[in-house]
Amino acid sequence: MKRTATVLAAVLLAAAGCSNSGGGGSSGSADTPGVTDTEIVVGTHMPLTGPAAAGYSKIAPATKAYFDYVNANGGVHGRKITYKIMDDGYNPANTQQVVRQLVLQDKVFAILNGLGTPTHSGVLDFLKTNRVPDLFVASGSRSWNQPDKYPGTFGFNPDYTVEGKILATHIKETYAGKKVCFLGQDDDFGRDSLAGVEKVLGPVAAKQSYVTSNPNVGPQIGALKAAGCQVVVLATVPGFTALSIGTAAKIGFKPQFVVSNVGSDPTTLAKTLGAAAPLLEGVVAANYLPLANDAANPWIELYTKVNKEYNSGAEMDNNVVYGMSVAYLFVQALQSAGKDLTRDGIIEAVQKGGFTGPGLVPVRYSADDHSGYAGEQLTTIEGGVAKYFGKAYRTDDGDGAVEVYEAAAVAPPANGIPAA
Amino acid sequence: MTALQDRAGTKATDRTKAKKISPWLVVVAGAIIVVALTYTLPPFRTYQLATVGAYLCVTAGLTVLTGLNGQLSLGHGALMATGAYTLALWQNKFNLLPVGILVAVLVTTAVGAVIGLAAARLRGPYLAGLTLAVAVVVPSITSTFDETFNSDQGLSVMLNPPPESMTNEQWQAWLCWGGALVTVLVLALLTRGRFGRDMKAVRDDETAARLAGISVARTQVAAFVVSAACAGLAGALFAVIAQSVSPGAFPLTLSLFLLMAIVIGGLGRLSGALIGAVLLVALPAVAHEIGEAAGSQRLEGNLALTFFGVVLVVVMLAAPGGLASLRVPFTKSIPFKKKGH
Repeated sequence: MKRTATVLAAVLLAAAGCSNSGGGGSSGSADTPGVTDTEIVVGTHMPLTGPAAAGYSKIAPATKAYFDYVNANGGVHGRKITYKIMDDGYNPANTQQVVRQLVLQDKVFAILNGLGTPTHSGVLDFLKTNRVPDLFVASGSRSWNQPDKYPGTFGFNPDYTVEGKILATHIKETYAGKKVCFLGQDDDFGRDSLAGVEKVLGPVAAKQSYVTSNPNVGPQIGALKAAGCQVVVLATVPGFTALSIGTAAKIGFKPQFVVSNVGSDPTTLAKTLGAAAPLLEGVVAANYLPLANDAANPWIELYTKVNKEYNSGAEMDNNVVYGMSVAYLFVQALQSAGKDLTRDGIIEAVQKGGFTGPGLVPVRYSADDHSGYAGEQLTTIEGGVAKYFGKAYRTDDGDGAVEVYEAAAVAPPANGIPAA
Repeated sequence: MTALQDRAGTKATDRTKAKKISPWLVVVAGAIIVVALTYTLPPFRTYQLATVGAYLCVTAGLTVLTGLNGQLSLGHGALMATGAYTLALWQNKFNLLPVGILVAVLVTTAVGAVIGLAAARLRGPYLAGLTLAVAVVVPSITSTFDETFNSDQGLSVMLNPPPESMTNEQWQAWLCWGGALVTVLVLALLTRGRFGRDMKAVRDDETAARLAGISVARTQVAAFVVSAACAGLAGALFAVIAQSVSPGAFPLTLSLFLLMAIVIGGLGRLSGALIGAVLLVALPAVAHEIGEAAGSQRLEGNLALTFFGVVLVVVMLAAPGGLASLRVPFTKSIPFKKKGH
């Protein structure tokens, strides 16, 4: 016991020693954490390793690259943006840890684009308690759109129910009479998506779910084959989209795959499938941002330039486009919030809305709507290249109709940085 | 069980008072230091302090089981998960924290008794295999019964805000260290008495223990149950700190980390369990710092495991008894307070 006492004393005294050095870190501007006259510190949690790292790990570096581009051009209201990226490995338990580190230790101004439905769901309460703005969550769960419960949380992606309704509308029009089935992640992502699909199509013929901790979808795909499915909707992260398509091919099951936007980046899928990449031909998905391979699009031109200069020329794919679009929207929000930046100020600015940018459909932000993009347009893969077809649709997560949205695309500002 | 505990407790304090510092004193001193720390540390350090407290509950129980009784468990992560999920389900239904923690401990104790009954019939690698299976099965259970456990996403835990006079982190640290100090106290009293001698006798030679009139199976089951109760408490505390539970929080690597931590700290010693608990919090943090300094955030996801491995190898080479066995050259007469540095 004497030794226990000694160790206890030593450890606790050492911890006390740490406190003195650690405690001095907080800056003088006590009013708004993470904001000084020259800097804004924001943080994020991302799956840089683990089951969802394929593709998604490129998002945060792209966001950071765009911030570096803005910083090199004078920053926002004279402040440079520092983007702290934390790896949570798509494990909700790690997310708890890293978000606390960002908020309590690094004292970030806001959490930006934290990725994942299961991961981010667990930190909503913590962020609310600490009054940290939780902007543009990288997921389409409907949980982000609860202004009464979580006034500081805003989504970015079209929510999965909206997406499900749009995918199902396409299925209804194009594959009428065929047997439609569903494979989704066993969390709000899969459930919200299925809800959208079933709102339009009625009950699906068969539904299966998977968990990211078990990289084997053999039983699920086998069950879908046994059920005689002709169209399979996938609400999957990229690694599991590739796994599902590959597993289906292995057992000679060739349905029409219709894939959620978040699991459909062709570059990531082709890389994961390797030699089996031709299996992606004809796969239908949806998107709401310019496609990375559309070199003529002015947004892609801008992003390619930023990518080359500030992201050491990482391979352009839809994840890079996504990451930079998030950064663009955040800079718009900062500009709108004005020089006197506070946490309440940025939330007000986002709620005021009116942002126009790279999206094919507008973002929906208002005081009583915290969901992100309002709709999507369908894509298909031909000759290994994704392209848009048909028209952009918008709808809501309720019983509203799926309607065509037509508006002229907005071009980026000449210097690539949104004005105040 | 309680009768045994009381008897062991009183006897132990009587006999050893002259030789050793009373565990009561250590616990009171620990409590004072913890309270003092919660008022001086910045919030994130306080949060880490709370995590150390929660880890200490499980490492203390595990080191008694493995170090004193010789039973190797690779399944303590699963026992923690049992406690955590019990607390989450209880809180979301009744929102009564003290009772919830108690229920979590009781449920885990029951689960521990079942595993312990099987474990008492197994030896060495077979015992490790059984407990390993328990650890592996957690994610499957949560996804099979996803309507109750909500699969990989897990459950959020409904909690009332802490009393107004303290911050959330302070409250968490008090709660966790309250649990940890009670655990340490109970274990210290238990292991000093007859139960501790029984456990060691069984560990050293089962036949000799049986000849001496000790029921080997009963001792082993009792040790496992005590250790499971500690793991259940730790799990419940983790659920409170994180305000959520998910299978990802209790992976197989957690069980391995726990074992490595007590081995590095010093098997069979409560001081070793404390060192282990500190390492469980500190090493991933150090790995993160290194990953950040190296400019690659991708490193840190994998670095912690490497780190633990390296530390384990180094400690085993330099101090086979673990860090707690290292002796700093003190003269015996110096009272313990000054030994901190």
